[in-house]
Amino acid sequence: MAKVLMKGNEALAEAAMRCGCRFFFGYPITPQTELAAYMAKMMQKNGGTFLQAESEVAAINMVYGAAGAGARVMTSSSSPGISLKQEGISYIAGADLPCLIVNIVRGGPGLGGIQPAQSDYFQATKGGGHGDYHLLVFAPSSVQELADMTSRAFDKADEYRMPAMIMGDGMLGQMMEPVEFKDFVDPASLPEKPWATTGTGMKRKKNIINSLYLTPEELEYLCVEREKRYDKIRATEALCEEIDTEDADIIIAAYGTIARVAMSAVQEARAKGIKAGLIRPITLWPFPTEAFAKRAETAKCFLSVEMSMGQMVEDVRLSVNGKKPVYFYGRTGGMVPEQDAIVAEIEKCLKNS
Amino acid sequence: MNIFDDPKRITVVTGHFGSGKTEFALNYALFLAESGKEVMMIDFDIVNPYYRTKDAEKYLNSRGIEVIAPEFANSNIETPTLPPEILRAFADKSKYIVFDVGGDEDGATPLGVYYEYFKREDYNMFFVLNERRMLTRDVEGAYEIYSEILRVSRLRFTGIVNNTHLMGFTDRDVVAAGERLAEEFSEKVGLPVVCTCVSRAALEKIGGIDNSKSKIFPISLFVGPGFENKAN
Repeated sequence: MAKVLMKGNEALAEAAMRCGCRFFFGYPITPQTELAAYMAKMMQKNGGTFLQAESEVAAINMVYGAAGAGARVMTSSSSPGISLKQEGISYIAGADLPCLIVNIVRGGPGLGGIQPAQSDYFQATKGGGHGDYHLLVFAPSSVQELADMTSRAFDKADEYRMPAMIMGDGMLGQMMEPVEFKDFVDPASLPEKPWATTGTGMKRKKNIINSLYLTPEELEYLCVEREKRYDKIRATEALCEEIDTEDADIIIAAYGTIARVAMSAVQEARAKGIKAGLIRPITLWPFPTEAFAKRAETAKCFLSVEMSMGQMVEDVRLSVNGKKPVYFYGRTGGMVPEQDAIVAEIEKCLKNS
Repeated sequence: MNIFDDPKRITVVTGHFGSGKTEFALNYALFLAESGKEVMMIDFDIVNPYYRTKDAEKYLNSRGIEVIAPEFANSNIETPTLPPEILRAFADKSKYIVFDVGGDEDGATPLGVYYEYFKREDYNMFFVLNERRMLTRDVEGAYEIYSEILRVSRLRFTGIVNNTHLMGFTDRDVVAAGERLAEEFSEKVGLPVVCTCVSRAALEKIGGIDNSKSKIFPISLFVGPGFENKAN
């Protein structure tokens, strides 16, 4: 199909329906609302169900139910709404169910503000809800990547039987860019889910969806087994983009839209004769540790640039493992790091290293 | 209808969200100011949280254009309120007014509040159309949104602004497809296509357009995140 012009929020909704998502449960919140609004307009036309729940808590539990029944299902919200969903997310992870959760991040903590932010990194990658669990976390940086990542997130969630999250900031949700979509996938053609509660037809044993286990031995066993799956994901599913890193003295770490500002800063630095490079994590969990570890051998230092007070920088430090200094530059509260400021920071870091 | 040689005092810009209403409205306001009119722009958007007329306020002010925007526009909260200063648009007849209205029927709903004022004066109300927006790729889709805006605003449309583009991917074919849809739509609703907007960057890339049936309005772009290297 030909390229069209869409807001990130709309593109995600369209991409989700095209890859077979027929159930959306959510509650509107800025700057994510266009996603729910697009679903409200189009889901029924595509033969699916859109439901505006009475709250975020209700919405995530509807997702829990639909996922248990084997449906390709999603919800979306923005930071405060995602906080409300955490209990349900933990239950979904505990019941080993696939679904997609979208967080179009705004400023926090608390009610915060409606301007873009990346300050939910900890929440997305280090838990958020209770218990030993992870989400697959994708962080696209353009509207096209957002659309492409949507089907990948659903597929990987199914493959590993776990919830996936797409995390974008308000800018990505609100901005318009040309985007090309893949053809519609028939939900009936998706891989079967033999564990789903689809009715026994008197032909098989009951499937049970649950996250409560009566003996600690059983719960421990399941957590250990789940961790083995997580290890496989850590080893095989990390994604990142590397630009000009091979000869770089300083490597910028930035994800999502800020990676694009950082990219411009890298270009400007290169024009000034500074050997700068960029590693853009595309998956935030699993984190692309290897890419950073490899460059810790060649680069002089690292600089994590974020719209937060410093969250991803911790994973960069763990990956670099003390071999080189890792610095941080960030803006928060809805402020966006500017190219000039990043270039100035690059110069400062190199002077200190 | 020639909206450039013979503009009405009041212009209302509406359409599907993301069609480029704000870019057209800004450029049209700047055109009016450059042709010697005193211009006031009204950021009438209670739907869109960012990328709006208010973003260009400083530049507009530097061009002598006054901007009236919702009190909390571009702040950290969102309140669907409009300031009382808007009434000056109707009271001060020395000024040319451009209303940049929010997208779809939700954005156009507050126009209805000013029905009694609009009734007293002639105005232009344009439907901005972009053939590359998913929901307005054909006459049927565009008509659905057009009809909703008509219903909630209680005003009447006077023309269609063809703003078909694909940002950096805009080429001759994109512009031509937009013109075809705008003409078809013009027949359907019985209103003229008042202009076809093409960004200056796209015009330069294409090398000019000389076979257009409607007037080409070259526009500069003002709103959006702007990630490109600013040192270039």
